[in-house]
Amino acid sequence: MRKFFVVVFLALVVFTFAQKIRVGVAIPAADHGWTGGMVWWAQYAIKQYQNDPNVEFYLVTAKEPSEQIAQVQALLAKGIDALVINPYESAPLTPICVQAFRQGVFTVIVDRGINSEEYNTYIAGDNYMYGYLAGKYIAEKLKGKGNVVVIRGIPCSIDDERVKAFKDAISLYPDLKIIAEQPGYWSREKAFEVMQTLLTKFPTIDAVWTGDDDMLHGVLLALRQAGRDKNIVLVGGACEKNMVKMIMDGHPLIGVNFTYPPNMISTAINLAVMGLRKQDLNGFYQRGIPRKIILATEVVTKENAKDYYFPESVF
Amino acid sequence: MILIAAKKTFRSINLSKYLIVFILIGLMVFSGILSPAFLKPRNILNIFWQTSYVGIIAIGITFVMIAGGIDLSVGSMLALLGAVAIQLVNKFGDRTSSVILSILITYAMAMLLGFGIGLLTTKGRIPAFVTTLGGMAIYRSLVLNFANGGVYMTMSQKYTSMGMKFVLGLPLPMLVFIIYAVVAYILLDKTKFGRHVFAVGANETAAMYSAINVDMVRTWTYVVSGISVATSAILLSSMMSAVSSSSTGNGFELDAIAAAVIGGTSLSGGKGSVFGTFFGALILGVINNMLVMLNVAVYLQGTVKGLIIIGAVILQNLRRE
Repeated sequence: MRKFFVVVFLALVVFTFAQKIRVGVAIPAADHGWTGGMVWWAQYAIKQYQNDPNVEFYLVTAKEPSEQIAQVQALLAKGIDALVINPYESAPLTPICVQAFRQGVFTVIVDRGINSEEYNTYIAGDNYMYGYLAGKYIAEKLKGKGNVVVIRGIPCSIDDERVKAFKDAISLYPDLKIIAEQPGYWSREKAFEVMQTLLTKFPTIDAVWTGDDDMLHGVLLALRQAGRDKNIVLVGGACEKNMVKMIMDGHPLIGVNFTYPPNMISTAINLAVMGLRKQDLNGFYQRGIPRKIILATEVVTKENAKDYYFPESVF
Repeated sequence: MILIAAKKTFRSINLSKYLIVFILIGLMVFSGILSPAFLKPRNILNIFWQTSYVGIIAIGITFVMIAGGIDLSVGSMLALLGAVAIQLVNKFGDRTSSVILSILITYAMAMLLGFGIGLLTTKGRIPAFVTTLGGMAIYRSLVLNFANGGVYMTMSQKYTSMGMKFVLGLPLPMLVFIIYAVVAYILLDKTKFGRHVFAVGANETAAMYSAINVDMVRTWTYVVSGISVATSAILLSSMMSAVSSSSTGNGFELDAIAAAVIGGTSLSGGKGSVFGTFFGALILGVINNMLVMLNVAVYLQGTVKGLIIIGAVILQNLRRE
């Protein structure tokens, strides 16, 4: 009898140690350029582990919160050791993330926070600086004087935070005026339409800030079509590859870009693996993975643009 | 006596038919008062231009809806066909002949897809809501799949110069929109096919007894819708020189259906007109433009848009009583 238990115990030990690390990655489906980029970078990061037989990934993408909840439930039922999730929406995804954490799953929340502190690590971009640095650049470029147009993304809390930061930076210069603030829904076509309309309304526009680079493409098109693609400062954001290429090649109107990197998902996937393997971060005196990481908004100019140009990426 | 009768007919036919034009004019005057820049000729041209993409699709959907169907797949189909056109142009090279060939293939594909959806709906006895909802999901996922969630782009000068072209001082999409509306009006109001579309939508059984091939008429309305989507896809993708696999065409189906409904097309079939849809689409365009011109607060734009749409339909319903 005792022999039997020893055998079972040994079998269990061997089984547990030989078992692979299983990481579930749950992100929203591509619904505009940036989310498309995130899906691409998730696949990219997973591919980096293809020669590592001890890690296995399950990548799922959802079109709405309820679908994502169902996907995470399925992942938990299947059995995962880590969950990397970019919640579709904060509130509805909170309970399932908390449940994962309580089950002992190493939970990494990406970019959109949940309404709870029960998770292992949170990693996100810096929405405030993303807007603030754009405002600061425009103010300095215009020497603190002129008319500025804001074409923002889909109205939501992330977008609100960026726009507020942009206005904070602009408000330091009393002669800088925001003459219009309209949503372009992170879409080229919509931004084109809005810009076309604003160009007929305002005879002079000195600078345009769009919430991201997709919309800046639309704005560029509208300016070119109206023959007003000169003497104007244009700033987008998030480093879409064609925009970075234009900066690299010295575009006369677009000289800067700011990161809000979709490859934060790749970092998050690495963090999950490192967390499960009890690895530490280089340079940290403390053990383990930090609980909250806000990635810096990096400034991309002609000089360093080639470090941010990923031609094979989709965004 | 004659005068009164004439007055009566004028009231009952013309006035009610043209009510939508008055709604449009009223909306424009209102916007013009609040923001004088609104009435600049340049802006009016822009509205026409911006409306044309959804407008052309809405004209196609009008046929489908009059025949008692619905087409939810148009937005995704727009992205799919735009992507196909761009990929073909990229493949064939930057020549006029290759652009023409690409456009022809795109149209052929659109007709095939429309015909397929039509057959599935009629012969397969599946509600149009279901088949086109399926089409919407399938087309979108195909577009996303082949671009891996990214963007389809073309550098072809020949193709991209088309979408930005001005003819007689008017943007090409606007001209196409107007010509398309005229042709569609003739097709719907002056041909046998058009009469059959109305007959099928108004009373299927009666149409069947009148020896109308109900299934085929319905199927062909989806082909018309497909052709409309292809037209819009080519105009839009050549203007933007890109199709975003994730965002291009999103929500177009709802805008197109809204334009048709504002224009008096019945959701249950049998009623509608190209004339109404044309102006319905323009009303939507004016609303979108007005929101920007008047710098309406971002979060309230939906409310303003919704109220105007509902108001326009109520106004039109009032006239019937």
